[in-house]
Parts: sequence; C-alpha cells; structure tokens
Amino acid sequence: MTGNAFDEMGEGDRLRPAYRAIAEWLRKTPPTDLAAKRAEAEVLFRRVGITFAVYGEGGDPDRLIPFDIIPRILGRSEWDGLSAGLSQRVRALNAFLADVYGRQEILKAGKIPEHLVVGNEQFRPEMRDFTPPGGIYTHIAGIDVVRTAPNQFYVLEDNARTPSGVSYMLENREAMLRLFPRLLAQHRIAPVNHYPEELLATLKAAAPERAGPDPTVAILTPGSFNSAYYEHCFLADEMGVEVLEGADLTIEDDVVYMRTTAGPKRVDVLYRRIDDDYLDPKAFRPDSMLGVPGLMAAYKAGNIALCNAPGCGIADDKAIYPYVPDMIRFYLGEEPKLENVPTYLCEQETHRSYVLEHLHELVVKLAQGSGGYGMMIGPHATQAERAEFAARIRARPQDYIAQPTLALSTVPTLVEAGIAPRHVDLRPFVLSTKDEVRIVPGGLTRVALREGSLVVNSSQGGGTKDTWVLDRDPMTGGVPC
Amino acid sequence: MLSRAAESLFWLGRYTERAANVARGLAVASRMASLTDELNAENDQWRSLLVAAGCEPAFFQHHREATEEKVVDFLIRDPGNFSGIIPCFAAARQNGRSVRTSLTVDMWSALSDSWTRLRHVTPADFQGEKLHGFLEWVRERVLLFNGAAMDTMLRGEAWLFVQLGTALERADATARLLDVKHDLLGGPSREVTVQHGQCQAVLQSVSGLRAYQWTYRDRIEPGRVAEFLILNREMPRSLAACYDRVCEVLELIAAGQGGRRGECHRMARATQAALHAGRIEDIMRGGLHDYLTETINGVATLGGEIEAFYIRA
Repeated sequence: MTGNAFDEMGEGDRLRPAYRAIAEWLRKTPPTDLAAKRAEAEVLFRRVGITFAVYGEGGDPDRLIPFDIIPRILGRSEWDGLSAGLSQRVRALNAFLADVYGRQEILKAGKIPEHLVVGNEQFRPEMRDFTPPGGIYTHIAGIDVVRTAPNQFYVLEDNARTPSGVSYMLENREAMLRLFPRLLAQHRIAPVNHYPEELLATLKAAAPERAGPDPTVAILTPGSFNSAYYEHCFLADEMGVEVLEGADLTIEDDVVYMRTTAGPKRVDVLYRRIDDDYLDPKAFRPDSMLGVPGLMAAYKAGNIALCNAPGCGIADDKAIYPYVPDMIRFYLGEEPKLENVPTYLCEQETHRSYVLEHLHELVVKLAQGSGGYGMMIGPHATQAERAEFAARIRARPQDYIAQPTLALSTVPTLVEAGIAPRHVDLRPFVLSTKDEVRIVPGGLTRVALREGSLVVNSSQGGGTKDTWVLDRDPMTGGVPC
Repeated sequence: MLSRAAESLFWLGRYTERAANVARGLAVASRMASLTDELNAENDQWRSLLVAAGCEPAFFQHHREATEEKVVDFLIRDPGNFSGIIPCFAAARQNGRSVRTSLTVDMWSALSDSWTRLRHVTPADFQGEKLHGFLEWVRERVLLFNGAAMDTMLRGEAWLFVQLGTALERADATARLLDVKHDLLGGPSREVTVQHGQCQAVLQSVSGLRAYQWTYRDRIEPGRVAEFLILNREMPRSLAACYDRVCEVLELIAAGQGGRRGECHRMARATQAALHAGRIEDIMRGGLHDYLTETINGVATLGGEIEAFYIRA
C-alpha cells in the first residue's frame, strides 16, 4: 500500500514546499541525534503522565502512545479549504440533530430512511421535543479526515459524542517546542495552545440562561480507570475547572450540585466525557455506577447544560454517515465541500452482494464500532478472515458497512529502520456555539507505525505526530505542489 | 475544593508519610537486630516493628514466626499489607493520579518516578545486604516529595489537605513508636547499655538523636526521650509539633471558608492545649501505655471527624 500512496513530503523535484525546511533538517541530522530526541520525547511524555490505557488488554496500564518527532505539515490554503468543509459539515450535523429530535423534516422529505434513524440504538427518544440551550447538540466534534492526493480529502468518520485526543494535539506541540525550538521558529506555525480557552468559551455559551454571565463549568469523567482520564484532567486544569466523577454530584429538586469541602456548589455546565448509556441510571442503563441519578431530569428542567447533548450518537452512526452530504444540501442548501468515502450499507441487498463479491478490496466495519475494533481490511486479510466476515455479514447485515480501501497519504516517520513513509489521518476538533463554529488550526495526526498498515487507532498500535498549519503558504518557487 | 479531591490529597499525605515511617522503623529494627545479643535479648525487634506499624494481627494471619526476612517482606512488598512501603506508594500514586492537576509536575515526578522503580522491585532488591540502601532510598523519595510540595505547591486548600494528612499520620506514627517501647520509656530502670541502645534506636528512627542532644546536652534517659517526643514543640515529629501543625492547617482551611468550623477543629485544639500544658511526670504517673493508647485512638477519631466534616458531609 505504502509504495503508491501520496507522500505529503515528497522527494527530489517532487519535494512539496511546505516540507522544504523539514527535508533539509532530516537530511542534516544524524540518525543517532534523531533517536536521542525521540528518547527525550518519551521521557517528557512519561513525566507529564500522559498515558493511554487500552480497555480489555493486559500489559502496561500506563502505556504511552508513541509520539513521532517528525511533524505533519499543512499549508495555509490546504487548511483553509479543509476548515471550511469541516465547519460546514458540523453545522449540518447540528441541524440534523435538532431536526431528528424535533420536527423530523428530513425524514418526512424522504432524504434518509426513517428506520435508520428512529430504529437506531443511538437514537434517544428521551431527547424528542426538547431543545438544549442555544439549540446546539454537538458542541465538540472530532471529524476524522484522510487524504489520498494533494487536493483530495475525505471524511472517514464523524465523532459527535465524546471525541478524545485533543490533549495529544496540545502536548505534542508542547513537546516539539521543547525539543526543536529552532526548527519551529524557522516555520511560521499557527498556534494551538488557545484551544482550552476556546473550549471554555464554547461550554460557557452552552449554559442555561439563568446561570448568568459566569456559569460554573465542570468536566464529568468516568474516572481514573478510563483511557482518556489524563485528557479529562488536563483539560480541566487548562480551563481552571473541576473534573468530577458521578459521586461528586448530588441533585436536589432537579438542581445539580457538586460536593465541596465548603458544602454543595451549584453546577451549570457539564462537559461530560461519559457515554449516554452511563450518564444517568434513572434514564439510561440502570446498572451504571458512573453517572448521576436524576441528571436527565435536571437537564430537561433546564437547570444544567450537558455537552455534548445526549443522543448525538445518531449523527455519527456509520449507517447515517452516507447521508451526511444530503444533510448538507438539505439544511444548508450548499454543496458539500468535503467528500465522504463511498460507503456500502450491507443491509441493502444490492450493496451487500457487491460487498460480498469485493471483500478482497474493501474495508468492512461494524456500523456501531469505534476504535478500530471489529474491522477487516480486505487486501490485508487472509482467505479465512474474509470468509468469516462474509458469514458475519450474511448473519447480521445491518451491523456492517464497507468502504473501498483508500490509499491514505503518508508522512515521513522515524521507525526502527530509519525514516520511512507511514500512513496518517487527521482529527481536527470543531467547536460549535449558536453563533459560530471555531476550529483550532490542525488537529491530531495519527500515524500507523507498522509498515503498510492503515490502522491508525492508538488502541491498535498507532502513534501521533504534531500537526503544523503554516501561517502562510510557502513560496512555491516553481516546485510542483 | 471538591470533597473527593480533598480526600485524595489527605490520603496522599498520609500514605507517603506512612511509607517513610515504615522505612524508618525497618532501618532501626535492622540496626537493633545486628547489635549484640545482649542488646537484642528480647529478640522482639521484628515483632515490635509489626506492632508499631499497626500490622501485627495481619502478619500473624499468614506467618507463624516474625523472622527478619518475613517481616521485611511483609512491610515492604506484600501486596496484601496496605501499610507496606510498596502498597503505600501505589496508593499514594493512585490518590495523586486522581488529583493530578492539583499537584505540581515536581510532586508528580517524585511520586511517579518512585513508583516506576518500585513496581519492578523484587525481594532480591531489598533483602539482606540490600535492605539498608533500599530503605535509605525510600526515605529520600519521601523527603523529595515533601520538599517538592513545600517548594512548588500553591498554598491553597490542596496544599493544606496534603499537610493535614502528613501531620496526622506523623502523630499516629510517633505515638505508635513510643507505645512499642513504653516498657522501656516508662518502666523501671534497667541495665544501662540495653536501655541506652534502645533509646538511641527510638531517637534515630525519628531522625532525632542529634536534636535530643542539642536539647538536653546530657545522657540519654528514657523519661526524657518520652518527653522529647511527646511534648517538645520544636521537635518536628513530636506529638505536640504534629498537633500544632494539624491545628494550624485546620485553622487555615477554616479561614479560607469564612470561619466554617466543626467538631474536628474543637477536638484538635483540645488535644493541642493538653499537649502544651502537659508534664511528662503526670503522663508517666497515669501510665505511658494508657496515655499513648488514648492518643492513638484520639488521632483515629480526629481523622474520622475531619473526613466527616470536609469529605462526607
């Protein structure tokens, strides 16, 4: 796969201008120096405690996600195009959520089959006919984007519930600033460190009106055993707000309070990083120990804002994904600026027979899965694995979707054997209020560290890179872009 | 601050202090055991240590005899002993992790780097000849943590709850240490060398040998050792000094909350006042063991009141 993929740096006369200084730096720096810097980076990350625990795996509970010291670079105009597309997409997703929990115009217009929405596990009837403060549902979205050519970006999936990874975006930049101050100074890189401020402004804007101009914001975490716990604490610290567990909250007369050493204190906005299912044992899973009984009632009484709103899962469901371009046309009256990856829904008979005949060239995914679990990459799968997936698809077609295997772009990466191209994706974080959509330039670049691998998920051995958006486009100087 | 955070910080203070106290106890017991038979006549150094650490019953659930090797293993590594050095560090780190953002990077590094080494420690790293070096390292790590807290932590409630945990744990450790030796310190005089060696050991375990000599400028006598470690407010590990610190910290927390106080404040002040006014002769007359038992219970009750007022309210 790697050989014929688009390499974002390029080489020789195809060296792309944004990478000119990096190419020079890589050429001049002895491999031992790079290895030393990588070791130094690992010490930095371990020291700040940024670790990632993987559910259901033994081994090191404080595993680090590997950090690659070679940055991934986007030119200004590349980013501007991408950013406009992301903003458009998230506006449509919010409009879709308001609609499916409200008048359901898009279903009435026949643009999306009704059963895909109303019959979906991710659809929360509890949210019908309730409008969250400001009418925004997914305040914080992470949109996974891949690239196959200089001007060809695809949205691989939307994460409208509780996307994680932004702490890596911030810590990666911090690490680069400490490791390579000169290299960064040579480039003019758009800063990312104001993300926590933007996030806090977004959360405050979501507060119920009665909270006044300075609402009390807190993060609700499943606890220190969650893989993203570091991130929850990190963001709380950066924003100067508390990070709460369910047991820290009490609810009286539909008003939410946190327990403090000085007595109960009212909370107005919860940036919750707990899944819907566990949010409130009274409203959702009764066996949940993580949530807060009565939280949904307090939410619907208008006493607290939940970010993101419950029920956002219907917008990022893989079965709904193929319809996002139609949503953009339907709600915004615009043509989509970013493309979807062509997607086959196995529950549709014509799609299913195509999928079953082309398993060797498709990626098959669970419609409900995430984190790279339960997927099969056709070209890399064995005959037996393909046969197994064929049987699973026939048994439960509604659970599976399939997409062509894209030749994801590559970026030079420091691996055992030296510097080699590795496939990457990008997760930018999109913040929405009723007035505007804000995106900090860049996002989290994930890199598949194994040669030829297309799976970038950290739970599957992926790493991360710092993502640079240049403040200006580099001079092209006649070099093809 | 959040009650749960206060709880974690309080226990962070307690567990780090406990790890160091166990290390101090082990170092002294090991020293005593290596002295002459005469000095070690009762051959109960290891058993006394278990009593001082409050883990004697738990130990004898699994072991019949308190040999050096078994006690050392129990007090350092045994994952079933929550008051062991490595489990204390694990608990301290877990508590620290859940309030990671209240700690400074230096405090976290002190905790986390210690844990990074401790989780790979095997008996070969602390038994026999390795024991002394290992215990020294543990003590240094806790000193580093305390120093990092002292030098870098914002003086807010988070700081105060760590201090509260440390001071309360230290009071408990000193009372237990004295209680193990109450026969020696409060009883009739014995053969001088035995007495001297044991008193020295008690003082060493609280880093107080020099301090004693500076204070009394005279030979080491059991009654004075008791007085020094109970009533001397200048000796940082004495009961009086620990209670001074507990009261000071509780008052600072109350001041930050507009003077909100509870039973824990009253209780701590009452004990502090008794320590200020106390005379060693009176304590001895009433029986040192009874006094110390009451003190140990008092520390436990105070801990419960602090949790009731700030954490479980």
